[in-house]
Amino acid sequence: MRTATLNRLTPYIFLAPAVVIMALALLYPLGYMIYGSFRDWDPSQTLGETEFVGLSNYFYLWQDASFRESLAVTLKFAISVVSVEMVIGVGLALLLDRSLRGMSVLRTLFILPMMIAPVVVGLMWRYMYHPSVGIFNRTLESAGLGSVDWLGKHALLSVIIADIWQWTPFIFILSLAALQSLPRSALEAARIDGATGWQQIIHIKLPLMMPVLIVTCLLRLIDAFKVLEVILVMTEGGPGLSTEILALRISRTATEFRELGVAAAMSNYLLMLLLLLTVAMLAYNKFQEMRADRARRIAEEAV
Amino acid sequence: MPAIQLQQLTKRYGKVEVLHGIDLEMADAEFTVLVGPSGCGKSTTLRMIAGLENVSGGEIYIDGNPISHLEPKERDLAMVFQDYALYPHMNVAKNMSFALRLQKRPKKEINQKIAEVAEMLGLTDYLHRKPAELSGGQRQRVAMGRALTRDSSTFLFDEPLSNLDAKLRTQMRAELALMRQRVRKNMIYVTHDQIEAMTLADRIVVMDGGYIQQQGSPEELFKKPANRFVAGFLGTPPMNFLEADIQHDGGHTFFRGKGFSLRCDEATKRRLSGHTGSGIVLGIRPSDLTFDPLAEESIELNVAISEYIGAQSVLICDCHGAKVMVELKSDTPIALGEKLNFRVDMESMHLFDPETERAIF
Repeated sequence: MRTATLNRLTPYIFLAPAVVIMALALLYPLGYMIYGSFRDWDPSQTLGETEFVGLSNYFYLWQDASFRESLAVTLKFAISVVSVEMVIGVGLALLLDRSLRGMSVLRTLFILPMMIAPVVVGLMWRYMYHPSVGIFNRTLESAGLGSVDWLGKHALLSVIIADIWQWTPFIFILSLAALQSLPRSALEAARIDGATGWQQIIHIKLPLMMPVLIVTCLLRLIDAFKVLEVILVMTEGGPGLSTEILALRISRTATEFRELGVAAAMSNYLLMLLLLLTVAMLAYNKFQEMRADRARRIAEEAV
Repeated sequence: MPAIQLQQLTKRYGKVEVLHGIDLEMADAEFTVLVGPSGCGKSTTLRMIAGLENVSGGEIYIDGNPISHLEPKERDLAMVFQDYALYPHMNVAKNMSFALRLQKRPKKEINQKIAEVAEMLGLTDYLHRKPAELSGGQRQRVAMGRALTRDSSTFLFDEPLSNLDAKLRTQMRAELALMRQRVRKNMIYVTHDQIEAMTLADRIVVMDGGYIQQQGSPEELFKKPANRFVAGFLGTPPMNFLEADIQHDGGHTFFRGKGFSLRCDEATKRRLSGHTGSGIVLGIRPSDLTFDPLAEESIELNVAISEYIGAQSVLICDCHGAKVMVELKSDTPIALGEKLNFRVDMESMHLFDPETERAIF
C-alpha cells in the first residue's frame, strides 16, 4: 500500500525542483510586474513606497499616441515579416526537397543566418545599409542607380528585410522536415492520378503540411512580437518612432521616461497578446488531437 | 499483339544491377501475377511499368508503343499501393475522384462514376468519411475504388493485401477475384504470397534474384515447375527435396539416398535418358506421399511433429537427417516417434539436376 502511494508520488517528487525554480525565476518577477503595473512607480522608489493608481496606467496608454504608434509598428512588422517568411521559407523547402548531389551542403548554408547572434546580425546589416560605405548603396551607385536612404526614409522596410533574412531559415527547416515526412506513396499515387508538379503541391503537399505550417506561423508570430536586439542595434527605434517596436518602447519608458508602472502595464499588454497566440497554438494542437481521436473511434466502430 | 511487353528490362542502382534484362509478354485483359521472395525485383518491375522508377535499360511497350520515357500520368495506368496511399485530407469521394477532377471532367459524370464504383465496392455509406475514419479493409476498398474510377486500360497492384489481417485478406482476395470477372482490363499484380498468385492469376511470373524463373498458368507452374526454386516456392506445404544417386543394378535403375532405395518405372527411366551425371534431386510434394505399410517403392520416415490443421495434418518427419513433410488425412492413426512407411508415387515425382537445379521432364 505505502509503496503504491510512493510510486504514484514519484513523478511529482522528480518535478518538484523544476517547479520551485520556475516559481522563483518566472512567477515571482511576473507577479512583481503585474503588481507594479497598478502603481505610480519611479525608479528611485522601492515598490512599497509607491502609490496605488488602479488601472490608470492601462487607460493612460490608450490615450498615448506614441504607444499606439509603437503598437502599429509592431503589428506591421510582425505581420509583414511572418507572411513574407512563410512564402519564401515554404517555397524554398518545396524547391529543395529533392535528393541532388550537394543538397545537404546547400541546406546547411540556408539555415546559417538563424545561427548568428542577433546583435551580430544587427551590426552586419547596419554596415550593409550604411548610406555611403554600405554594400547596397555602393553597388547601386556603381550601377548608376543612385543611393537609397535605407535606415532613414525606409527604416521599417530595412529592418523587415533583415528579419526576413535571419528568420526565413526557421520556416524553411520546419517546412522541409514536414515535407520529408509526408507519405511517399500518397505523392506517388498523385503522380499516377495525373497530378502535375504544381497540382501535387496545391492538392497534396500543402494541405498535408498545413498543421505544421500553422504551428510554425504562430511560433514565428510570437517571436516577431518580441523582437528587440536586431532593431535596437540597427536603428534604436528611429528615426522618430518609425521602427520603435513595443519592446523598445517598454525599455525607453522604463529608463528614459522613468515610468516603471507604465512600462509594466505595457509589458502586460504585450504579454496578453503573446498569451493569446500561445493559447491559439495549444488550442489548435488540442483540436488536431481530438480530431484524430474521433477518427480512430469511428474507424474502430467501422470494423 | 501483346498488350504489355517488357523487352530486356533492366534496373541498376548505381553499379548494382537488381533486374537483369527480363522479357515478358502479357496478353490483352490478362491477369498477370509477379510473385517471388522479397528483393526478387517484382516490385521494381511494377514501379518501372508505372513510371515511378527510371528504366536503366530495355523498353516497356503498351499496345506496341514504347512508354519508358513517359511520365506516369501519360501512361494511362491506375495503381493500388500496399499501404493504400490514400490522400489523408480528402474524404472517400474526393479520394476516388481525384484523377477525374484533375482531368476537369463534368461534375455530373464524376458523381455518377463515384456512385457506381462505391456501389460495387460497398462504400456508398462511407463517401463522406476521411481515410482515418475507416477500417483497414475499407481503406483497401477505397484504394481499389480510386483505381476503378479511372477507367484506365491497365491496373497495377503492389502487394495490395499484405497490410490486412489474415481473415480480411482471404475475404478481400475473394472480392478481388470477383472484381476481376467484372472488369476486363490488363492487370499486373505483385505479391510474395503464392496463394494469392495461384488463386488470382491467369499467368504467374515467378521471379528470383532479378530474373524470371518461370511463367505460365498456375496449373502449369504447379505441375511442371521448370526448376528447383519454382518447385519449392509454389505449393504449401512446400515440396520435399531428397538427394539421391542413380544406380543401375540387374537391369533396373534405382534412386538410392540416405535410408531409401526406389526402383524406377519405365517412364521414369525414359525421363532420365537425357540426364548425364550420377546424382539427382527428387522433388516430392507432401500430398504425394501416402501412408502405406506394405508398399514396395516407399521411404521410411521418422515422425517428429504433427501439425493438426483440421481435416488434414502435416507431419514433419526425419529421413536420416533430411526434413520431409507429409500431408495426410487427420484421422490416419499415427503416433509421434514412430517409423512409418510412405509410398512414393513415381509419376508425380519431380526430378532436378543437382548442378543446374533445372527440372528433368
